[in-house]
Amino acid sequence: MASPEFATALNMKRSSMSPRTLFSSVMTVITFVCAALALIPLVAVLSYVLINGASSFRLSVFTQLPPAPGLTGGGFGNALVGTFLTVGIASLLSIPFGVLAAIFLAEFYRDTKLAETINFLTNVLSGVPSIVIGAFAYAFVVLATGTFSAVAGGFALAVLMLPTIVRTATESLESVPRDFRQAAIGLGATRFQTTVQIVLPAAIPAIITGVMLALARAAGETAPILFTASTSRYWVRSVWEPTATMARLVFDFATAPYKSQQELAWVGSLVLVALVLVTSILSRWIVRKR
Amino acid sequence: MASELQSARKTETVFRTENLNIYYGDFLAVRDISIEIPKNKITAFIGPSGCGKSTVLRCFNRLNDLIKSFHLDGKLFYHDQDLYAPEIDPVEVRRQIGMVFQKPNPFPKSIYDNVAFGPRLLGYKGDMDELVERSLKQAALWDDIKDKLKAMGTDLSGGQQQRLCIARAIAVQPDVILMDEPCSALDPISTLKVEDLLQELKEKYTILIVTHNMQQASRASDRTAFFNVEANAKGQRTGYIVEYDRTEVIFQSPKEQATQAYVSGRFG
Ligand SMILES: Nc1ncnc2c1ncn2[C@@H]1O[C@H](COP(=O)(O)OP(=O)(O)OP(=O)(O)O)[C@@H](O)[C@H]1O
Ligand SMILES: [Mg+2]
Repeated sequence: MASPEFATALNMKRSSMSPRTLFSSVMTVITFVCAALALIPLVAVLSYVLINGASSFRLSVFTQLPPAPGLTGGGFGNALVGTFLTVGIASLLSIPFGVLAAIFLAEFYRDTKLAETINFLTNVLSGVPSIVIGAFAYAFVVLATGTFSAVAGGFALAVLMLPTIVRTATESLESVPRDFRQAAIGLGATRFQTTVQIVLPAAIPAIITGVMLALARAAGETAPILFTASTSRYWVRSVWEPTATMARLVFDFATAPYKSQQELAWVGSLVLVALVLVTSILSRWIVRKR
Repeated sequence: MASELQSARKTETVFRTENLNIYYGDFLAVRDISIEIPKNKITAFIGPSGCGKSTVLRCFNRLNDLIKSFHLDGKLFYHDQDLYAPEIDPVEVRRQIGMVFQKPNPFPKSIYDNVAFGPRLLGYKGDMDELVERSLKQAALWDDIKDKLKAMGTDLSGGQQQRLCIARAIAVQPDVILMDEPCSALDPISTLKVEDLLQELKEKYTILIVTHNMQQASRASDRTAFFNVEANAKGQRTGYIVEYDRTEVIFQSPKEQATQAYVSGRFG
């Protein structure tokens, strides 16, 4: 029969006291505690914003202009419009460039020196602090045009979004199975036809997700907006004038001395968080639907 | 260009190779391939794994061009046209010489759009519905799916997907169909269906098929090439053709000892 050294191996019952089981249980507990700790800030932020924001929430915040200092009431309709405007301009600038760059990186220049270089630069760009990008946009657009504007803000946000878009789009394209490409090429499709008719449609849901997440993040960015779009107390009339945005409004009003302004800052935070949440859910839903 | 290749379809020998050596970088993957592939016949490539069957097959429609390190010397004629002559456009070549892959790879599109993909590329002006139906019938898939042409090609069973890929390949009316282990992912019944299909297809097309299934080669093919692989002094494992003949000869009275051993399953 079994030799003495192996006698225990025949006993397959689980023993809660064996060192292996004990180690495994301890590790499970530690992992659980860490996960719970990591969730605390998330839950704290969300509930704090929700409680403070909801208590002063009125529908009129969406339609009214900010109150003059000291007055109550009012809203941030202009800032909401401004946020959509700057993010819209940023999308127009960054999505075409970002997706085209990704197509070149993934489909035409894959594994070349050029692709490696661009990839490296993209990574560097994504590590640049957003305040630096704001300074760059200030020098490049604000000084050149002589005015703070939605265009300058949109430009700054576009630079900020570009690396995320390029990276997620490249990854989405590269994750399209090689089989599809081979099948198309084998049927006599050119590289270009393969990309446009087969690879891109297969990658589009994933690309949209990446773009939406980049958008949601850009909508909440304050640093690059501070000295590009600046702010305004009025409704937007042109993309070439200082423009209010939600992020800037929260920044200004949260630090303002008046209670009514602080309350609006909380409602604004809630709206920003809701925007991000809705965008994330929407992008997931788009992917599911495919 | 297209018409040149089209009108070249007249000779009875579809492919002729002369001392083809195929490399991946410095690695000589296959050497000394000199064979002739007859028209409207099924030619099977058999041999142990890694002996270069796929490599040779993919030269016939220049699919290896996608691999950067790939290059070859020697000659490969398609009818009388040198396929690797500088003026040949590989995209045109692939429109004449279709391919079915080992793993069924329908596009994530509808069944209809899968079949119509090739003809649309070519700017087909005729009745597309009719062409799609005819191709699906030729691929023996029509009866399975005639009510759900709008369903996703990727939702079919493995065997149906492979027949869809065959329909997709024949929709462009190629001259030759290359098949790289088309049945290796299929169950025995689907395999038999595809084999029956091959017999019908060879009336119109020339077929080259790579297979690891000895029964399939002996049942379905007219000619068989047996490949083997040999390590050279540098330790590179280079493939070559041991014997190429009518299928009965290869399976019943091969000239080479190695062929005999391989087809009877006593290999190595
Ligand atoms: N893209 C490639 N780059 C480098 N070497 C390759 C490449 N494709 C194949 N090879 C090598 O060429 C040789 C022949 O490979 P090939 O795939 O043609 O064999 P095969 O006979 O089709 O094998 P199997 O029966 O397993 O499919 C192998 O040594 C393989 O490692
Ligand atoms: Mg192979």
